[in-house]
Amino acid sequence: MSAFLEGKGRSVLILGATSSVARALAAEFAACGYELFLAARPGEDLDAVAADVALRKRARVHACPLDALDFDSHDAFWNGIVERVGESLAGVVLCFGYLGDQAKGQQDPDEARRIVDTNFTAAVSLLNRAANYLEPRKRGFVCALSSVAGDRGRQSNYLYGAAKAGLSAYLQGLRNRLFKAGVKVTTIKPGFMDTRMTFGKPGLFLVAAPEKAARQVFRALAAGKDVAYVPGFWWPIMSVIRCVPEFVFKRLKL
Amino acid sequence: MAGEVECEAGVSIEDLLRVLLPRGWFPPVTPGTKYVTVGGAIANDIHGKNHHRDGAFGAAVRELRLLTPAGETLICGPDREPDVFWATVGGVGLTGFILSARVRMLKVESAWLKVDYLRLKNLGELMRELERSDAGYRYSVAWIDGLARGASLGRGVLMRGNHALASELPARMSNILWPAARGRHNVPFDFPSFALNPLSIKAFNALYYALHPDKQGQLVDYDSYFYPLDGLENWNRLYGRGGFTQYQVAFPNETSERGLTEVLERLAAGGRPSFLAVLKRFGPANPGWLSFPREGYTLALDLPMRESLPKLLRDLDDRVVAHGGRLYTAKDALAGADAFRAMYPQVERFRELRKRLDPRGVLSSSLARRVGLVPRGGEALR
Ligand SMILES: Cc1cc2nc3c(=O)[nH]c(=O)nc-3n(C[C@H](O)[C@H](O)[C@H](O)COP(=O)(O)OP(=O)(O)OC[C@H]3O[C@@H](n4cnc5c(N)ncnc54)[C@H](O)[C@@H]3O)c2cc1C
Ligand SMILES: NC(=O)c1ccc[n+]([C@@H]2O[C@H](COP(=O)([O-])OP(=O)(O)OC[C@H]3O[C@@H](n4cnc5c(N)ncnc54)[C@H](OP(=O)(O)O)[C@@H]3O)[C@@H](O)[C@H]2O)c1
Repeated sequence: MSAFLEGKGRSVLILGATSSVARALAAEFAACGYELFLAARPGEDLDAVAADVALRKRARVHACPLDALDFDSHDAFWNGIVERVGESLAGVVLCFGYLGDQAKGQQDPDEARRIVDTNFTAAVSLLNRAANYLEPRKRGFVCALSSVAGDRGRQSNYLYGAAKAGLSAYLQGLRNRLFKAGVKVTTIKPGFMDTRMTFGKPGLFLVAAPEKAARQVFRALAAGKDVAYVPGFWWPIMSVIRCVPEFVFKRLKL
Repeated sequence: MAGEVECEAGVSIEDLLRVLLPRGWFPPVTPGTKYVTVGGAIANDIHGKNHHRDGAFGAAVRELRLLTPAGETLICGPDREPDVFWATVGGVGLTGFILSARVRMLKVESAWLKVDYLRLKNLGELMRELERSDAGYRYSVAWIDGLARGASLGRGVLMRGNHALASELPARMSNILWPAARGRHNVPFDFPSFALNPLSIKAFNALYYALHPDKQGQLVDYDSYFYPLDGLENWNRLYGRGGFTQYQVAFPNETSERGLTEVLERLAAGGRPSFLAVLKRFGPANPGWLSFPREGYTLALDLPMRESLPKLLRDLDDRVVAHGGRLYTAKDALAGADAFRAMYPQVERFRELRKRLDPRGVLSSSLARRVGLVPRGGEALR
């Protein structure tokens, strides 16, 4: 645990660095002395996020352009990162995601594909590369923000939920594979958070502030957790929801 | 030495202090709470205890990015689209969303202030003293006993200070740019509304006056000096469920003494004394079209809300206008369109500019409709 909190001379790669949670997480890492590689779609937002944490925390920060859906670019992106981090990379945190529009996704194959590709396929493509980098070095961590939505499919968001379920299962397998190498794999399952993703959406409850969520993600990483619900009270909630038999569940309006 | 910070409009004064004070930079203007944003500071062109020296917040803004209601992003500043800029400074959000701003900061050597306290027996003496010696202080403000009458009307305590130089601090003091955080207290529930009555306010004011004998060169940390209320979370609950309203006026120099006297007398006579009354001298105004500060004096009053208060204040508005004074939109909750137009001669010009920036009338607010900065619902622009 203490090794994790000592970030001096080490770096972390955050994928989807413009996400509200990622911003707060970047500040947590910077406060421990980590050098930051912030990957996100290029633009004003990425520049502002990078400049902000650099100024506030006096951190060394690199903005790295990445469009997760541009699969052909992943090789070049990853090679570029490896070249720049040298041997300093302590771990990777994946924050990007796309909630999308369930109703639209049911009709429009492009929307459905975008949801699945952003949350699952792109994550797999990038985390595979991270795993292959860390495994032979026998150290480090991989962390990804999945979702409680992946714990049970619901009619209101099952495209997103299915992709996140896939991501959670992928991370389980990856954890199993990397255990021998001593690489930690942490699955984060956030409940509702007050971010751009959920802004203005109806039916939200127990909504967490992204800064608070980021604190908890960081603590879960420091504690070397395998799976962490964020906030923790989602674990009992989801445990109950998972227990509802399917013949009942399918009748519910959720 | 000058330095500038470029930040998004949602950055608060507290953020600026947290990040930049340890590096020796202080916000150019700060209100009585650090929980305001740079966007809000520009949109109300806020003033601090240093207005007589440094002007209002707008004067420190070099440039800002504005997302207009038509969806355009404009860059403006005193030398670039000055009309849009000076309409936005003090424009209470009606010209568009301020996205970010470049703001000049003040170089300081410490997070401490060297403060002099001076008690004065009445309003006249206070004003004379301010005219005589305000120039020697970057920050200057007077607390006034809103209950004192007759020959003592406007008696108060002057609290004036400058940023302490490193050489003025005790040698053993460590970390002079970031003093240890002050404890925060909380008001856990609404006080009953009778808690603040003329008697308790009188007792408080008498105590306050007694507790502030004349003192020179007191070292006070920036947090205690600028933000006494921030140390008391939910302080508004002191006013009970009825809450309170603020009333802040500014008069030109020529009419200040008469105007202020009338305001204090009328409130006292109406049995509506103020719990907190603060007097300060304003330096020259900036070109902000709806900017509140103008050369002269300003008095800010916190008044416990009672049924009779709105009427009393509306009548007072007319007297304020008669003395050539004006009210501060950031504080006011009651003034009507006629009074406002008399106080702010550039209202028409502002409405004209809004036709260009907001042709479809997208932006509005209760304040804007009440004081006539936008047409009332459905009504065509006059
Ligand atoms: C305890 C206390 C003490 C105070 N002391 C002082 C003082 O000494 N001097 C003084 O001048 N004022 C003082 N004020 C008033 C305060 O400084 C102003 O009301 C300030 O504008 C509040 O800023 P905010 O960020 O909270 O904005 P809000 O209260 O959210 O908004 C204020 C106005 O700014 C507009 N606005 C906010 N952000 C933007 C943006 N990004 N783009 C466009 N428009 C925007 C809003 O539309 C609104 O009209 C005090 C207030 C309190 C509570
Ligand atoms: N908010 C919630 O209630 C909630 C609940 C459970 C799980 N989560 C998960 O938490 C994570 C963080 O989300 P958030 O709540 O912080 O929302 P957010 O602020 O909307 O973050 C989503 C991020 O994903 C990025 N992104 C989307 N598509 C991308 C692409 N093709 N390439 C690169 N980046 C892309 C977005 O970047 P741009 O800035 O370029 O758009 C954005 O920064 C997500 O994985 C989300 O699924 C959120």
